[in-house]
Order: sequence, then structure tokens, then C-alpha cells
Amino acid sequence: MLKLENCVIRVGTFELGADLTVAAGRRVAVIGPSGGGKTTLLEAVAGFIPPQSGRIIWNGRDLGPLGPGERPVAMLFQEGNLFPHLSAAQNVGLGLAPRLKSARDPQVEKALARVGLDGLGGRKPSEMSGGQRARVALARVLVQRCDVLLLDEPFAALGPALRAEMLDMVMELASETDATVLMVSHDPKDAERIAQEVIVVAEGRAAQPVETGALFADPPEVLRRYLG
Amino acid sequence: MAARAQPISPWPGVAAAALVAMVILGTLATVAMRAESSGRFAPGDFAAIRFTLVQAVLSAVLSVGLAVPVARALARRRFRGRTALVALLGAPFILPVIVAVLGLVTVFGRGGWLSGALGAVGLPPLSIYGLHGVVLAHVFFNLPLATRLVLQGWQEVPDERFRLAAQLRVEGWAMWRLIEWPMLMRVVPGALAVVFALCLTSFAVVLTLGGGPRATTIELAIYQAFRFDFDLGRAALLSGVQLVLTVAAATAALIAGSGAGFGAGQGRAVRRWDARGRMVRALDGAWIVLAALFLCVPLMAIVLAGAPGFVSMPAQVWDAALVSIGVAVASTCLVLALAVPMAAAVAQGRFGVVEVSGLLGLAASPLVIGTGLFILVRPVVDPFALALPVTALVNALMALPFALRILGPGARDVVAAHGRLALGLRVTGWRFLLLVLVPRMRAQIGFAAGLTAALSMGDLGVIALFADPETATLPLQVYRLMGAYRMDHAAAAALLLLVLSLAAFWSLDRGGRWHAEA
Repeated sequence: MLKLENCVIRVGTFELGADLTVAAGRRVAVIGPSGGGKTTLLEAVAGFIPPQSGRIIWNGRDLGPLGPGERPVAMLFQEGNLFPHLSAAQNVGLGLAPRLKSARDPQVEKALARVGLDGLGGRKPSEMSGGQRARVALARVLVQRCDVLLLDEPFAALGPALRAEMLDMVMELASETDATVLMVSHDPKDAERIAQEVIVVAEGRAAQPVETGALFADPPEVLRRYLG
Repeated sequence: MAARAQPISPWPGVAAAALVAMVILGTLATVAMRAESSGRFAPGDFAAIRFTLVQAVLSAVLSVGLAVPVARALARRRFRGRTALVALLGAPFILPVIVAVLGLVTVFGRGGWLSGALGAVGLPPLSIYGLHGVVLAHVFFNLPLATRLVLQGWQEVPDERFRLAAQLRVEGWAMWRLIEWPMLMRVVPGALAVVFALCLTSFAVVLTLGGGPRATTIELAIYQAFRFDFDLGRAALLSGVQLVLTVAAATAALIAGSGAGFGAGQGRAVRRWDARGRMVRALDGAWIVLAALFLCVPLMAIVLAGAPGFVSMPAQVWDAALVSIGVAVASTCLVLALAVPMAAAVAQGRFGVVEVSGLLGLAASPLVIGTGLFILVRPVVDPFALALPVTALVNALMALPFALRILGPGARDVVAAHGRLALGLRVTGWRFLLLVLVPRMRAQIGFAAGLTAALSMGDLGVIALFADPETATLPLQVYRLMGAYRMDHAAAAALLLLVLSLAAFWSLDRGGRWHAEA
């Protein structure tokens, strides 16, 4: 269970309040207007921004003292999910340990095969298509074996069909590993298709997750304004 | 506000900055204390102060004054070789001063090409020594820099404004009044201040072309007080005067030239619709040709004068070349060891102190730092035995501001682009340095290293202060050969120095970009 207890997260003059609980293994969409604090919420859970006050707890353990690399959390960003100067296998290998030689671990080849990139481990990101790069990032998340997966629209630059395919693959991998997923989305259709619950982030507050169907059947005022 | 997590600690960089500040400020304090306790001016010293200011003002005014028409011509003309010419304007930065001086002597000196031509029509030969020689050499070095600075001003005028001007048929005087004059008012003060500051601390030019009671700068007076009279108190006192002047000039240059950078002029030509008349075009062409000749002929002269003696150079030239390579390697390693962590600290945006410490090298003159180090180490070891390490150290401190300017923005981009990913994967600290920062900044590191190596290779400053007769770097060896009137050997050694400096710059810069991914 992921719990944000009376959290106040501040970036510059922007402040986000969050007091919510996500049950383990759930797939949760995070939606709301841009600039509303969706990325900030995810960055706080990942440990990039320490909260001003309050606690972030995973399965009873306070994550506060843990750095981003020590948390049971993996995050995929909007861009820059791969080091451009490293090969696909080296990028995936870094998910196992922060050393280049973990690229030779058999798990790396297995993960690459799992996302459909057998034999492409030696390629640099610049030699791959956008879809292939997204798969490499997924393969890395796979070997990281984290309990919580945070997606900050990593597939936004892909076309609609490819994006749907990648999202399906993420959800498949997540259910294999029982990972809890928080996924930022601009597209309510993505949320309805994939997420069991939705967190609305708007006006400096991240709300308690609500069942997806129930939420879209009767959206609250802030969400209605966002959906238009 | 709680700070965002960072993949690399700023503290090594802060420590490096503190070390740099300690060396520079420590030597300056030493100099100041020594000057106060035992310094006496000699009769010629006030003349030296006056000469320093006069030559710096003249050099700045002439360099920038000539740069305006040249930059204007380059800004509004497009021709084959324009990009190469603009790139060539950056070359004097890494050109060893002594090489250029020798080239200028070969062309403009008493026995030079121009005097020969004058003699053929019965006119007396020219002399390059004295005020006009010093100013000539300073214009040679700073005209290209000033041209790049002013050219940048022209290129920052938005295209739309020229398009609008063309629609309104704004040409000639009106164009000058409406667009060019306001732009120059913004750019020229900065360029003047930069050139003035550079000419204030220029040592090698004055050492070779100046001298005597009527053409001695403060730097040269420090050198003479030191080498000939061994009057450390007076050297320190003069250093104090020089320090006040350079700090004032460097501050003025930084303020007036803020945003001007170091003249990273673009190769792009702006499309213009005015100035199509035959006269204006011929005039622009003449400016470009004259500037190109002024820059290229002395370099060609060195190649022509040096090539015949290249194989028969005395053994001490080759020894000196090895010494110079060693000094350049040491300075380059030192600069990278300081600048990379400092850039990493600067990249986190909260350590302005680090940047200030990096700029100190611009305000301090190498001779002043050298004097301070000499006074500091003398009670402990024989300073002359430390000539080469001190030279490498001072050269590194002088190159550091440029290296930081090259590396700072790059480090900022790398941390911004890859910081979160690296943190999430526990690629932090020295692992971030080795796996991410250095590989991602190869091109910038190569450029900074090349610049440092070339600057250090060609430096003739503190080494002249410290070297005993058995020790010499290649520039000092060239100077000694010139002093002994062995001009053919001097030219050959200068050619070798030129080749080594350019090779050092080229190989490091190219090495950094080799197989670098976008």
C-alpha cells in the first residue's frame, strides 16, 4: 500500500498537497490540467523532491530517508529515459546495478527478448526507432523489479497505435510482477481503458483515488472543467 | 525550500574553487604585504604606469575602430571562404604570442619585407620596436577578437528588422542611424573594455617589442625589478598597482561585456537588401581583403622564414619543445581536474561562488601570481628549481576561466537531461562522473583541453620570471634565440611552436568529438 500522509510538496512557489492511499497492485491514472502538479506528485514519490512536510509510506515503511535509487520505485520520464551514449544492453544493465558490466548479465538479454528486441542489445539509442527506445526503457524497468512503477507520459511522442501498444505492454508486465502503477495521462480514454482508479490533480491538490467508471460517470467540478 | 536531489555532489567542485581562490588570493596577499613593508618606486615606474595605460587605450581604440568596418563588411557580404575567414578570426586566441611577434618582425621589422620594399624605392626602413610595435602586435591579436564581438552584435539584430528596413527603403545613413548605431552603442563599450583589459596584462609582446625607458609596461617593470635588480619589494609594489588596474579593467569588461561572451561569432550571413552600390561593395571588399592579409601574411612569413632552418635546429630547441609539451600536459590535466568538478557544482545552480572563483584568473596577471609564488616558496625551496611546475600551475589558473565557460553550460545540460534517470538507477557520485558526465561532455572537454594545451604551450610569461639559463620552454627558447639575433633558428623554432600548439588544440578538440553521439 502506497500512502501519502499530509504531504506538502513545494517546487519554487508552487505547492501541492497530497493525502491519499493507493492499494498495492492497483493501476492508477493521474489526470488533471497541465501545470497542476502531476509530475511533481510522481517526482515526490520517486524521491527527486523531498516533501516540505508529511510522509510517503510504502507497505508501512517511511520512504523519506531513502534516495531515489534506494526506493522500490521506478519512474519513466517524458523524455531522456535512456543514456544516449550507452548501448541498449548497457542501459538495461544499469537497472540491475550501477555498473556497465551488468550489461552482460543473462537477465538483460531475457528482458530485451521479452519486449521484442532480441539481438538488438548492441545498438545505441540513436540507431533505434522511437518505439524501440521505449521498449528498451521498459526492459530496464523489467529488470529493476520495482514494486511501484511511475509513468510520466513516457510514450507521448509516439503515434496513437504505438502508444496503445506500449501501454498494454506496460500493464502486462506490471501484472506479471504485481507492480503498483501510477500513470500520468492527458487522454481520458487511456485512463478509462487501462486504469482501475484515477487520481485527479488540480488546483494544488492531489485527490484520493476514485474508481475509474464511477469518476467518469459523475466527474467532479474540476475534472469537468478540464475535460471540457 | 528543500533542495531537489542531485546525482553528483557539489563539494569537490566547491573545494576546487576554494583551492583556486586560495592560490590566487594568497599570492596576491603575499605580494601586497611585501609591497607595503619594503616597496619603493624607482624613477621610471610612473612612466611605466603611463605607458601601460597609453598603449592599452591606443590598442583598444584601434582594434575596435578597425573591427567595426571589417565586421560590417563581413555581416553584409556573402562570399566563398567567408566561413573559413570567420573561423580564422578565432585562431589568434590559441596562437603563441612569440610566434606572431616574430611573424610581425619578419614583415614589418627593420630587415623585414616591408622595409625591403621601401628600400627599393629609396625610403628608410621601418622600426617595429617601441610604442607603435607594441600597438601593432596588440591590434594583430585583438582585431580578430573585436571583429568577432562586433560581428556578433550585427548578427543579433533580428532578420525581421532588416526586412522591415528594406520595405521602408531605409538605406545608407538612415540604416546607420536606426539600426547600426544603436547596436554598436551596445556592443562597442564591451569590446573596448575586453581589449583594454587584455592589453593591460599582455607581457610577451612588450617583452619582445617594448623595453627601454620609453616603452616599458608595469608587467615588464615587474619582470625587470625581479630579474635584473632582484628587488622583490619593488616588484611587489608594481604588482599591487597592476592588480588594482587589472581588477578594475576586468570588472569593467565583465560589466560592459555581459552577454557578449568571448566572441563566439556565428558563421551565418544575414540577408540584406541595402548597400548594393558599387562603391560600398568595393569598400567592403577592401576591408575584408586588408583584414585577411593583415592576419595571414605574418603567419605565412613565419612558415616561409622557419621552414628552411627546420631540420638544422639546435638540440636545445628540441629539448625545449619536450619541456613545453610536458608543461602543456600538466596544465591541461590540472585544468580538467579543477574545471570538471567546478562545472558540476555550477550545474546545480546554487554555487555562484564557484563561478566567481573561476573568473579570478581573468583579473590576476600571471606575473603578479608568479611574483607572489616566488616570495611564498623562497623560504622553503629554491624557486628556480620549481620553474616548470609553477609555470604549469599559473598557465592552468589562466586557462581556467575559459575552460569553465566552455564546460559550465554543458554540465548544466547533462545534469538537467540525465540527472533524474541517473539518480533512479543509483548512478551517482563518481559513477555519474565516469558513466554520464564525462562521456556526455566529451566534445566540450576536448575543446577546453585543446584550448588549455595550446595556451599553455605558447605561454611566455611566468616562465621568463623563473627560468634559469638551463631551463627553457619553447617560447622562451624562441625569445632567447631572437635576443641572440639568430633569427633563422628563431623562426624555425617558432614554426615548430606554431605546429605544436595547433596540433595540441586540433588533436584534443577533434579527439573529444570523435565518434561522439548526438
